[in-house]
Amino acid sequence: MRAPALVALLVVLAGCGASGTTAEDRITVFAAASLTEAFTRLGEDFEAANPGVDVMFNFGGSSALARQIGQGAPADVFASAAAANMAQVVDAGGTAAEPVTFARNRLAIAVPAGNPAGITGLAGFADDAAKIALCAQEVPCGAAAKRAFEAAGVVARPDTVEQDVKAVLTKVRLGEVDAALVYRTDVASAAGEVEGIGFPEADRTVNDYPIAPLAKARNAAGARAFVAHVRSDRGRAVLAGAGFDAP
Amino acid sequence: MRSTRRRTRGRLPVALALPAVVGLAFLLVPLVGLLIRAPWRTLPSRLFSASVGEALRLSLVCASLATVVCLVLGVPLAWLLARGDVPGRGVLRALVTVPLVLPPVVGGVALLFVLGRRGLVGQHLDAWFGVSLPFTTAGVVLAEAFVAMPFLVISVEGALRAADPRYEEAAATLGASRWLAFRRVTLPSILPGVVAGTVLCWARALGEFGATITFAGNFPGETTTMPLAVYLALETDPDAAIVLSVVLLMVSVGVLAALRDRWVSGPS
Repeated sequence: MRAPALVALLVVLAGCGASGTTAEDRITVFAAASLTEAFTRLGEDFEAANPGVDVMFNFGGSSALARQIGQGAPADVFASAAAANMAQVVDAGGTAAEPVTFARNRLAIAVPAGNPAGITGLAGFADDAAKIALCAQEVPCGAAAKRAFEAAGVVARPDTVEQDVKAVLTKVRLGEVDAALVYRTDVASAAGEVEGIGFPEADRTVNDYPIAPLAKARNAAGARAFVAHVRSDRGRAVLAGAGFDAP
Repeated sequence: MRSTRRRTRGRLPVALALPAVVGLAFLLVPLVGLLIRAPWRTLPSRLFSASVGEALRLSLVCASLATVVCLVLGVPLAWLLARGDVPGRGVLRALVTVPLVLPPVVGGVALLFVLGRRGLVGQHLDAWFGVSLPFTTAGVVLAEAFVAMPFLVISVEGALRAADPRYEEAAATLGASRWLAFRRVTLPSILPGVVAGTVLCWARALGEFGATITFAGNFPGETTTMPLAVYLALETDPDAAIVLSVVLLMVSVGVLAALRDRWVSGPS
Protein backbone atom coordinates (compact mmCIF):
# COMPACT_ATOMS: atom_id res chain seq x y z
CA MET A 1 0.00 0.00 0.00
CA ARG A 2 2.64 2.42 1.08
CA ALA A 3 5.01 2.02 -1.84
CA PRO A 4 2.45 2.86 -4.58
CA ALA A 5 1.36 5.91 -2.57
CA LEU A 6 4.97 7.05 -2.40
CA VAL A 7 5.42 6.52 -6.12
CA ALA A 8 2.24 8.49 -6.79
CA LEU A 9 3.53 11.31 -4.61
CA LEU A 10 6.85 11.36 -6.43
CA VAL A 11 5.07 11.43 -9.78
CA VAL A 12 2.97 14.37 -8.64
CA LEU A 13 6.03 16.22 -7.34
CA ALA A 14 7.91 15.52 -10.57
CA GLY A 15 4.91 16.79 -12.50
CA CYS A 16 4.96 19.99 -10.49
CA GLY A 17 8.60 20.47 -11.34
CA ALA A 18 8.08 19.74 -15.04
CA SER A 19 5.00 21.90 -15.46
CA GLY A 20 6.65 24.77 -13.56
CA THR A 21 7.09 27.72 -15.87
CA THR A 22 10.45 28.44 -17.42
CA ALA A 23 12.04 31.88 -17.58
CA GLU A 24 10.54 32.52 -21.04
CA ASP A 25 6.93 32.31 -19.98
CA ARG A 26 7.10 33.93 -16.56
CA ILE A 27 7.20 37.68 -16.00
CA THR A 28 8.02 38.87 -12.50
CA VAL A 29 6.74 42.36 -11.73
CA PHE A 30 7.73 44.32 -8.63
CA ALA A 31 5.05 46.95 -8.10
CA ALA A 32 4.09 49.54 -5.48
CA ALA A 33 1.43 48.42 -2.99
CA SER A 34 -1.00 51.06 -4.28
CA LEU A 35 -1.00 49.30 -7.68
CA THR A 36 -2.25 46.01 -6.21
CA GLU A 37 -5.81 46.07 -7.60
CA ALA A 38 -5.04 47.67 -10.98
CA PHE A 39 -1.98 45.52 -11.76
CA THR A 40 -3.69 42.31 -10.70
CA ARG A 41 -6.36 43.07 -13.31
CA LEU A 42 -3.74 43.97 -15.93
CA GLY A 43 -1.85 40.77 -15.16
CA GLU A 44 -4.98 38.67 -15.74
CA ASP A 45 -5.62 40.50 -19.03
CA PHE A 46 -2.06 39.92 -20.15
CA GLU A 47 -2.20 36.21 -19.30
CA ALA A 48 -5.51 35.86 -21.18
CA ALA A 49 -4.01 37.55 -24.25
CA ASN A 50 -0.79 35.50 -24.07
CA PRO A 51 -1.69 31.89 -23.25
CA GLY A 52 1.04 30.05 -21.35
CA VAL A 53 2.51 33.22 -19.90
CA ASP A 54 2.51 33.62 -16.14
CA VAL A 55 2.67 37.09 -14.60
CA MET A 56 3.90 37.04 -11.01
CA PHE A 57 3.60 40.10 -8.75
CA ASN A 58 5.50 41.25 -5.72
CA PHE A 59 3.59 44.17 -4.23
CA GLY A 60 5.19 46.23 -1.49
CA GLY A 61 6.46 49.63 -0.41
CA SER A 62 8.39 51.22 -3.30
CA SER A 63 11.51 51.82 -1.23
CA ALA A 64 11.58 48.23 0.00
CA LEU A 65 11.14 46.95 -3.57
CA ALA A 66 13.93 49.21 -4.84
CA ARG A 67 16.17 47.84 -2.10
CA GLN A 68 15.29 44.25 -3.00
CA ILE A 69 16.07 44.91 -6.68
CA GLY A 70 19.38 46.49 -5.68
CA GLN A 71 20.24 43.33 -3.77
CA GLY A 72 19.60 41.09 -6.74
CA ALA A 73 15.96 40.04 -6.35
CA PRO A 74 14.81 38.28 -9.55
CA ALA A 75 12.56 40.94 -11.09
CA ASP A 76 11.75 41.69 -14.74
CA VAL A 77 9.75 44.91 -14.31
CA PHE A 78 9.67 47.62 -11.62
CA ALA A 79 6.69 49.95 -11.18
CA SER A 80 7.30 52.51 -8.45
CA ALA A 81 4.97 54.90 -6.62
CA ALA A 82 7.69 57.54 -6.48
CA ALA A 83 10.27 58.87 -8.91
CA ALA A 84 12.90 58.82 -6.13
CA ASN A 85 12.73 55.05 -5.68
CA MET A 86 12.95 54.48 -9.44
CA ALA A 87 15.95 56.82 -9.51
CA GLN A 88 17.65 54.59 -6.94
CA VAL A 89 17.37 51.64 -9.34
CA VAL A 90 18.38 53.74 -12.38
CA ASP A 91 21.46 55.09 -10.57
CA ALA A 92 22.55 51.55 -9.78
CA GLY A 93 22.30 50.68 -13.48
CA GLY A 94 19.34 48.42 -12.81
CA THR A 95 17.01 49.47 -15.64
CA ALA A 96 17.09 48.21 -19.25
CA ALA A 97 15.28 51.26 -20.66
CA GLU A 98 14.42 54.82 -19.66
CA PRO A 99 11.60 54.75 -17.05
CA VAL A 100 8.31 56.22 -18.26
CA THR A 101 5.52 57.70 -16.18
CA PHE A 102 2.39 55.63 -16.75
CA ALA A 103 0.03 57.01 -14.10
CA ARG A 104 -0.39 59.68 -11.46
CA ASN A 105 -2.01 59.48 -8.08
CA ARG A 106 -3.11 62.01 -5.50
CA LEU A 107 -4.07 61.90 -1.86
CA ALA A 108 -7.59 61.94 -0.48
CA ILE A 109 -8.97 62.06 3.02
CA ALA A 110 -10.30 58.66 4.04
CA VAL A 111 -12.89 58.34 6.81
CA PRO A 112 -14.81 55.27 8.02
CA ALA A 113 -18.27 54.81 6.46
CA GLY A 114 -20.65 57.41 7.94
CA ASN A 115 -17.77 59.74 8.87
CA PRO A 116 -18.32 59.41 12.66
CA ALA A 117 -16.07 62.34 13.59
CA GLY A 118 -17.54 64.67 10.96
CA ILE A 119 -14.24 65.43 9.21
CA THR A 120 -14.64 67.88 6.31
CA GLY A 121 -11.12 68.92 5.41
CA LEU A 122 -7.47 68.97 6.39
CA ALA A 123 -8.24 71.27 9.35
CA GLY A 124 -9.85 68.25 11.07
CA PHE A 125 -6.39 66.66 11.28
CA ALA A 126 -5.29 69.26 13.84
CA ASP A 127 -8.04 68.19 16.25
CA ASP A 128 -6.52 66.33 19.17
CA ALA A 129 -9.80 64.57 19.98
CA ALA A 130 -9.94 62.89 16.58
CA LYS A 131 -7.91 59.72 15.99
CA ILE A 132 -5.66 60.32 13.01
CA ALA A 133 -3.44 57.96 11.00
CA LEU A 134 -0.83 59.13 8.50
CA CYS A 135 1.96 57.54 6.48
CA ALA A 136 5.45 58.01 7.91
CA GLN A 137 7.29 60.88 6.23
CA GLU A 138 9.93 58.43 5.03
CA VAL A 139 7.53 56.73 2.59
CA PRO A 140 6.04 58.41 -0.52
CA CYS A 141 2.49 58.86 0.80
CA GLY A 142 3.84 60.45 3.97
CA ALA A 143 6.00 62.87 2.02
CA ALA A 144 2.96 63.84 -0.06
CA ALA A 145 0.88 64.32 3.10
CA LYS A 146 3.56 66.63 4.48
CA ARG A 147 3.33 68.80 1.35
CA ALA A 148 -0.46 68.96 1.69
CA PHE A 149 -0.35 70.07 5.32
CA GLU A 150 2.32 72.66 4.56
CA ALA A 151 0.17 74.05 1.75
CA ALA A 152 -2.88 74.14 4.00
CA GLY A 153 -0.99 75.59 6.96
CA VAL A 154 -2.27 72.82 9.22
CA VAL A 155 -0.20 71.11 11.91
CA ALA A 156 -1.46 67.53 11.90
CA ARG A 157 -1.73 65.67 15.20
CA PRO A 158 -1.48 62.00 14.17
CA ASP A 159 -1.99 59.20 16.67
CA THR A 160 -0.03 56.79 14.54
CA VAL A 161 2.35 57.07 11.58
CA GLU A 162 2.30 53.88 9.57
CA GLN A 163 4.94 52.32 7.33
CA ASP A 164 2.83 51.96 4.22
CA VAL A 165 -0.40 53.30 2.84
CA LYS A 166 -2.25 49.98 3.04
CA ALA A 167 -1.60 49.82 6.80
CA VAL A 168 -3.13 53.30 7.11
CA LEU A 169 -6.13 52.20 5.05
CA THR A 170 -6.63 49.14 7.29
CA LYS A 171 -6.88 51.37 10.36
CA VAL A 172 -9.66 53.35 8.64
CA ARG A 173 -11.43 50.20 7.46
CA LEU A 174 -11.50 48.83 11.00
CA GLY A 175 -12.83 52.16 12.28
CA GLU A 176 -9.86 52.55 14.61
CA VAL A 177 -9.12 56.04 13.33
CA ASP A 178 -11.47 58.88 12.41
CA ALA A 179 -9.49 60.14 9.45
CA ALA A 180 -6.38 59.41 7.42
CA LEU A 181 -4.63 60.58 4.28
CA VAL A 182 -4.30 57.84 1.66
CA TYR A 183 -4.17 57.70 -2.12
CA ARG A 184 -7.40 58.30 -3.99
CA THR A 185 -6.99 54.81 -5.45
CA ASP A 186 -6.96 53.31 -1.95
CA VAL A 187 -10.30 54.94 -1.19
CA ALA A 188 -11.66 53.44 -4.42
CA SER A 189 -10.35 49.97 -3.48
CA ALA A 190 -12.16 50.07 -0.12
CA ALA A 191 -15.44 51.55 -1.40
CA GLY A 192 -18.29 50.75 0.97
CA GLU A 193 -16.13 50.64 4.08
CA VAL A 194 -14.30 53.89 3.54
CA GLU A 195 -15.50 57.27 2.30
CA GLY A 196 -13.21 59.62 0.42
CA ILE A 197 -13.15 63.39 0.79
CA GLY A 198 -11.28 65.58 -1.68
CA PHE A 199 -9.45 68.71 -0.58
CA PRO A 200 -8.08 71.72 -2.50
CA GLU A 201 -4.45 71.10 -1.52
CA ALA A 202 -4.56 67.63 -3.14
CA ASP A 203 -2.99 69.19 -6.26
CA ARG A 204 0.23 69.46 -4.24
CA THR A 205 0.20 65.75 -3.51
CA VAL A 206 0.26 64.43 -7.08
CA ASN A 207 2.99 61.84 -7.55
CA ASP A 208 4.23 60.14 -10.69
CA TYR A 209 4.35 56.38 -11.12
CA PRO A 210 7.31 55.37 -13.32
CA ILE A 211 7.72 51.90 -14.83
CA ALA A 212 10.77 50.31 -16.45
CA PRO A 213 11.99 46.89 -17.63
CA LEU A 214 15.02 45.81 -15.61
CA ALA A 215 18.57 45.16 -16.79
CA LYS A 216 18.84 41.80 -15.08
CA ALA A 217 15.48 40.55 -16.33
CA ARG A 218 15.43 36.84 -17.07
CA ASN A 219 12.62 37.49 -19.50
CA ALA A 220 13.57 40.73 -21.28
CA ALA A 221 11.03 40.36 -24.10
CA GLY A 222 8.25 39.62 -21.62
CA ALA A 223 9.26 42.62 -19.51
CA ARG A 224 9.01 44.98 -22.51
CA ALA A 225 5.68 43.44 -23.53
CA PHE A 226 4.21 43.92 -20.05
CA VAL A 227 5.37 47.55 -19.88
CA ALA A 228 3.73 48.12 -23.28
CA HIS A 229 0.54 46.47 -22.00
CA VAL A 230 0.43 48.80 -18.98
CA ARG A 231 0.81 51.80 -21.32
CA SER A 232 -1.78 50.56 -23.85
CA ASP A 233 -5.30 51.98 -24.10
CA ARG A 234 -6.59 48.96 -22.18
CA GLY A 235 -3.98 49.55 -19.47
CA ARG A 236 -4.92 53.20 -19.18
CA ALA A 237 -8.59 52.29 -18.89
CA VAL A 238 -7.94 49.86 -16.03
CA LEU A 239 -5.74 52.39 -14.23
CA ALA A 240 -8.35 55.12 -14.66
CA GLY A 241 -10.99 52.74 -13.32
CA ALA A 242 -8.89 52.27 -10.17
CA GLY A 243 -8.76 56.04 -9.66
CA PHE A 244 -5.40 56.92 -11.22
CA ASP A 245 -4.89 60.08 -13.29
CA ALA A 246 -3.44 59.74 -16.77
CA PRO A 247 0.18 60.95 -17.04
CA MET B 1 22.40 16.27 42.10
CA ARG B 2 24.21 17.91 39.27
CA SER B 3 27.62 17.37 40.78
CA THR B 4 27.07 13.64 41.06
CA ARG B 5 26.06 13.27 37.45
CA ARG B 6 28.57 11.18 35.58
CA ARG B 7 29.93 12.69 32.42
CA THR B 8 30.69 10.43 29.53
CA ARG B 9 34.14 11.28 28.31
CA GLY B 10 35.67 10.85 24.90
CA ARG B 11 35.52 12.34 21.45
CA LEU B 12 32.34 14.02 20.30
CA PRO B 13 30.58 11.91 17.68
CA VAL B 14 30.96 13.58 14.29
CA ALA B 15 27.30 12.94 13.50
CA LEU B 16 26.44 15.34 16.34
CA ALA B 17 29.38 17.72 16.31
CA LEU B 18 29.15 18.66 12.63
CA PRO B 19 25.48 19.71 12.57
CA ALA B 20 26.00 21.41 15.93
CA VAL B 21 28.78 23.58 14.52
CA VAL B 22 26.73 24.35 11.41
CA GLY B 23 23.78 25.25 13.63
CA LEU B 24 25.93 27.55 15.74
CA ALA B 25 27.30 29.28 12.64
CA PHE B 26 23.79 29.61 11.21
CA LEU B 27 22.68 31.47 14.32
CA LEU B 28 25.78 33.59 14.86
CA VAL B 29 27.02 34.53 11.38
CA PRO B 30 24.08 36.90 10.65
CA LEU B 31 24.87 38.72 13.89
CA VAL B 32 28.51 38.99 12.84
CA GLY B 33 27.32 40.39 9.51
CA LEU B 34 25.36 43.05 11.38
CA LEU B 35 28.38 43.99 13.48
CA ILE B 36 30.73 44.16 10.47
CA ARG B 37 28.32 46.33 8.53
CA ALA B 38 27.68 48.69 11.48
CA PRO B 39 28.88 52.29 10.97
CA TRP B 40 31.23 52.25 13.96
CA ARG B 41 32.65 55.73 13.39
CA THR B 42 29.32 57.51 13.55
CA LEU B 43 27.93 55.10 16.11
CA PRO B 44 28.48 57.22 19.24
CA SER B 45 26.79 60.30 17.79
CA ARG B 46 23.86 58.27 16.51
CA LEU B 47 23.63 56.38 19.76
CA PHE B 48 23.00 59.42 21.87
CA SER B 49 20.45 61.00 19.58
CA ALA B 50 17.15 61.73 21.27
CA SER B 51 15.09 59.40 19.09
CA VAL B 52 17.23 56.34 19.85
CA GLY B 53 17.12 57.01 23.59
CA GLU B 54 13.38 57.49 23.48
CA ALA B 55 12.76 54.26 21.56
CA LEU B 56 15.13 52.31 23.82
CA ARG B 57 13.54 53.65 27.00
CA LEU B 58 10.07 52.85 25.68
CA SER B 59 11.17 49.35 24.67
CA LEU B 60 12.63 48.57 28.08
CA VAL B 61 9.67 50.00 29.99
CA CYS B 62 7.06 48.25 27.84
CA ALA B 63 8.85 44.89 27.80
CA SER B 64 9.23 45.02 31.59
CA LEU B 65 5.59 45.98 32.17
CA ALA B 66 4.46 43.27 29.75
CA THR B 67 6.57 40.78 31.70
CA VAL B 68 4.90 41.84 34.95
CA VAL B 69 1.48 41.32 33.33
CA CYS B 70 2.62 37.90 32.13
CA LEU B 71 3.89 36.94 35.59
CA VAL B 72 0.72 38.02 37.37
CA LEU B 73 -1.54 36.17 34.93
CA GLY B 74 0.78 33.50 33.56
CA VAL B 75 2.06 31.81 36.72
CA PRO B 76 -1.46 31.09 38.01
CA LEU B 77 -2.41 29.91 34.52
CA ALA B 78 0.56 27.55 34.45
CA TRP B 79 -0.46 26.26 37.89
CA LEU B 80 -3.99 25.66 36.60
CA LEU B 81 -2.68 23.73 33.61
CA ALA B 82 -0.27 21.64 35.67
CA ARG B 83 -2.25 21.04 38.88
CA GLY B 84 -5.84 22.17 38.43
CA ASP B 85 -8.62 19.61 38.04
CA VAL B 86 -10.14 21.21 34.98
CA PRO B 87 -11.78 19.27 32.17
CA GLY B 88 -10.11 19.43 28.77
CA ARG B 89 -6.74 20.41 30.16
CA GLY B 90 -4.91 19.15 27.07
CA VAL B 91 -7.03 21.35 24.83
CA LEU B 92 -6.50 24.33 27.13
CA ARG B 93 -2.76 23.76 27.06
CA ALA B 94 -2.80 23.68 23.26
CA LEU B 95 -4.89 26.87 23.12
CA VAL B 96 -2.49 28.71 25.42
CA THR B 97 0.31 28.10 22.95
CA VAL B 98 -1.65 29.50 19.98
CA PRO B 99 0.09 32.91 20.12
CA LEU B 100 3.37 31.02 19.58
CA VAL B 101 2.36 29.89 16.10
CA LEU B 102 0.04 32.77 15.21
CA PRO B 103 1.77 35.35 13.01
CA PRO B 104 2.09 38.33 15.38
CA VAL B 105 0.43 40.64 12.84
CA VAL B 106 -2.67 38.43 13.02
CA GLY B 107 -2.45 38.58 16.80
CA GLY B 108 -2.48 42.38 16.53
CA VAL B 109 -5.56 42.34 14.30
CA ALA B 110 -7.26 39.92 16.70
CA LEU B 111 -6.53 42.31 19.57
CA LEU B 112 -8.08 45.12 17.51
CA PHE B 113 -11.22 43.02 16.99
CA VAL B 114 -11.55 42.62 20.75
CA LEU B 115 -10.02 45.73 22.28
CA GLY B 116 -10.26 48.21 19.38
CA ARG B 117 -12.73 51.06 19.35
CA ARG B 118 -15.27 48.87 17.59
CA GLY B 119 -14.09 45.64 19.21
CA LEU B 120 -16.18 43.27 21.31
CA VAL B 121 -14.86 44.66 24.59
CA GLY B 122 -13.25 47.83 23.34
CA GLN B 123 -16.49 49.50 22.28
CA HIS B 124 -17.76 49.30 25.86
CA LEU B 125 -14.46 50.51 27.29
CA ASP B 126 -14.74 53.46 24.94
CA ALA B 127 -18.42 54.18 25.64
CA TRP B 128 -18.37 53.70 29.42
CA PHE B 129 -14.94 54.82 30.51
CA GLY B 130 -13.66 56.75 27.51
CA VAL B 131 -10.71 54.36 27.41
CA SER B 132 -9.21 53.60 24.01
CA LEU B 133 -6.25 51.20 24.00
CA PRO B 134 -5.01 51.24 20.38
CA PHE B 135 -2.25 53.79 19.69
CA THR B 136 -1.30 54.06 23.36
CA THR B 137 1.66 52.83 25.40
CA ALA B 138 -0.76 50.57 27.28
CA GLY B 139 -1.62 49.05 23.91
CA VAL B 140 2.06 48.26 23.33
CA VAL B 141 2.24 46.50 26.70
CA LEU B 142 -0.88 44.45 25.90
CA ALA B 143 0.36 43.46 22.44
CA GLU B 144 3.73 42.39 23.87
CA ALA B 145 2.12 40.47 26.72
CA PHE B 146 -0.18 38.63 24.30
CA VAL B 147 2.74 37.41 22.25
CA ALA B 148 5.16 36.73 25.13
CA MET B 149 2.95 35.09 27.74
CA PRO B 150 3.00 31.55 26.25
CA PHE B 151 6.79 31.45 26.73
CA LEU B 152 6.35 32.05 30.46
CA VAL B 153 3.39 29.69 30.83
CA ILE B 154 5.11 26.80 29.06
CA SER B 155 8.28 27.26 31.05
CA VAL B 156 6.54 27.50 34.44
CA GLU B 157 4.16 24.66 33.64
CA GLY B 158 7.09 22.43 32.72
CA ALA B 159 8.77 23.25 36.04
CA LEU B 160 5.53 22.54 37.93
CA ARG B 161 5.07 19.19 36.25
CA ALA B 162 8.66 18.24 36.99
CA ALA B 163 8.30 19.28 40.65
CA ASP B 164 7.27 16.59 43.10
CA PRO B 165 3.65 17.18 44.22
CA ARG B 166 4.28 15.20 47.39
CA TYR B 167 5.83 18.24 49.07
CA GLU B 168 2.59 20.13 48.52
CA GLU B 169 0.63 17.17 49.80
CA ALA B 170 2.86 17.00 52.88
CA ALA B 171 2.25 20.71 53.51
CA ALA B 172 -1.48 20.09 53.15
CA THR B 173 -1.43 17.27 55.71
CA LEU B 174 0.32 19.68 58.07
CA GLY B 175 -2.65 22.03 57.75
CA ALA B 176 -1.48 24.47 55.09
CA SER B 177 -4.12 25.77 52.70
CA ARG B 178 -3.49 25.27 48.98
CA TRP B 179 -2.70 28.98 48.60
CA LEU B 180 -0.21 28.87 51.47
CA ALA B 181 1.34 25.66 50.09
CA PHE B 182 1.64 27.29 46.67
CA ARG B 183 3.37 30.36 48.07
CA ARG B 184 5.66 28.71 50.59
CA VAL B 185 6.38 25.31 49.04
CA THR B 186 5.58 25.18 45.33
CA LEU B 187 6.77 28.61 44.21
CA PRO B 188 10.24 28.41 45.84
CA SER B 189 10.79 24.95 44.37
CA ILE B 190 9.99 26.06 40.80
CA LEU B 191 11.76 29.43 41.04
CA PRO B 192 14.44 28.57 38.44
CA GLY B 193 11.69 27.68 35.97
CA VAL B 194 9.86 30.92 36.71
CA VAL B 195 13.02 32.98 36.24
CA ALA B 196 13.89 31.21 33.00
CA GLY B 197 10.35 31.78 31.74
CA THR B 198 10.48 35.41 32.80
CA VAL B 199 13.72 35.98 30.92
CA LEU B 200 12.36 34.34 27.76
CA CYS B 201 9.15 36.30 28.07
CA TRP B 202 10.98 39.61 28.51
CA ALA B 203 13.26 38.92 25.56
CA ARG B 204 10.32 38.04 23.34
CA ALA B 205 8.47 41.19 24.43
CA LEU B 206 11.54 43.34 23.75
CA GLY B 207 11.78 42.14 20.15
CA GLU B 208 8.03 42.20 19.48
CA PHE B 209 7.13 43.91 16.21
CA GLY B 210 4.09 42.62 14.33
CA ALA B 211 1.40 42.69 17.00
CA THR B 212 2.70 46.00 18.33
CA ILE B 213 2.62 47.88 15.03
CA THR B 214 -0.79 46.43 14.14
CA PHE B 215 -2.50 47.03 17.47
CA ALA B 216 -0.64 50.02 18.90
CA GLY B 217 0.48 51.75 15.72
CA ASN B 218 3.64 53.78 15.53
CA PHE B 219 4.14 57.16 17.19
CA PRO B 220 7.50 58.36 18.52
CA GLY B 221 7.63 58.52 22.30
CA GLU B 222 4.35 56.67 22.73
CA THR B 223 4.39 53.46 20.73
CA THR B 224 7.59 53.46 18.67
CA THR B 225 9.66 50.74 20.30
CA MET B 226 13.11 49.76 19.00
CA PRO B 227 11.92 47.08 16.53
CA LEU B 228 9.46 49.58 14.99
CA ALA B 229 12.16 52.23 14.81
CA VAL B 230 14.44 49.72 13.07
CA TYR B 231 11.79 48.90 10.49
CA LEU B 232 11.06 52.54 9.73
CA ALA B 233 14.75 53.45 9.56
CA LEU B 234 15.30 50.69 6.97
CA GLU B 235 13.13 52.69 4.56
CA THR B 236 15.50 55.63 4.39
CA ASP B 237 18.63 55.15 6.46
CA PRO B 238 19.84 51.53 6.66
CA ASP B 239 22.85 52.64 8.74
CA ALA B 240 20.54 54.00 11.42
CA ALA B 241 18.61 50.72 11.35
CA ILE B 242 21.84 48.79 11.93
CA VAL B 243 22.80 51.06 14.82
CA LEU B 244 19.41 50.55 16.43
CA SER B 245 19.69 46.79 15.93
CA VAL B 246 23.16 46.68 17.46
CA VAL B 247 21.90 48.64 20.46
CA LEU B 248 18.97 46.28 20.90
CA LEU B 249 21.30 43.32 20.52
CA MET B 250 23.75 44.60 23.12
CA VAL B 251 21.05 45.50 25.63
CA SER B 252 19.30 42.16 25.34
CA VAL B 253 22.50 40.10 25.42
CA GLY B 254 23.72 42.15 28.39
CA VAL B 255 20.53 41.73 30.37
CA LEU B 256 20.20 38.04 29.55
CA ALA B 257 23.83 37.34 30.46
CA ALA B 258 23.50 39.25 33.74
CA LEU B 259 20.32 37.39 34.66
CA ARG B 260 21.85 34.08 33.73
CA ASP B 261 24.86 34.57 35.97
CA ARG B 262 22.74 35.84 38.80
CA TRP B 263 19.83 33.42 38.88
CA VAL B 264 19.83 30.80 36.22
CA SER B 265 22.71 28.49 37.05
CA GLY B 266 22.80 26.27 34.05
CA PRO B 267 25.26 23.37 33.88
CA SER B 268 28.46 24.88 32.53
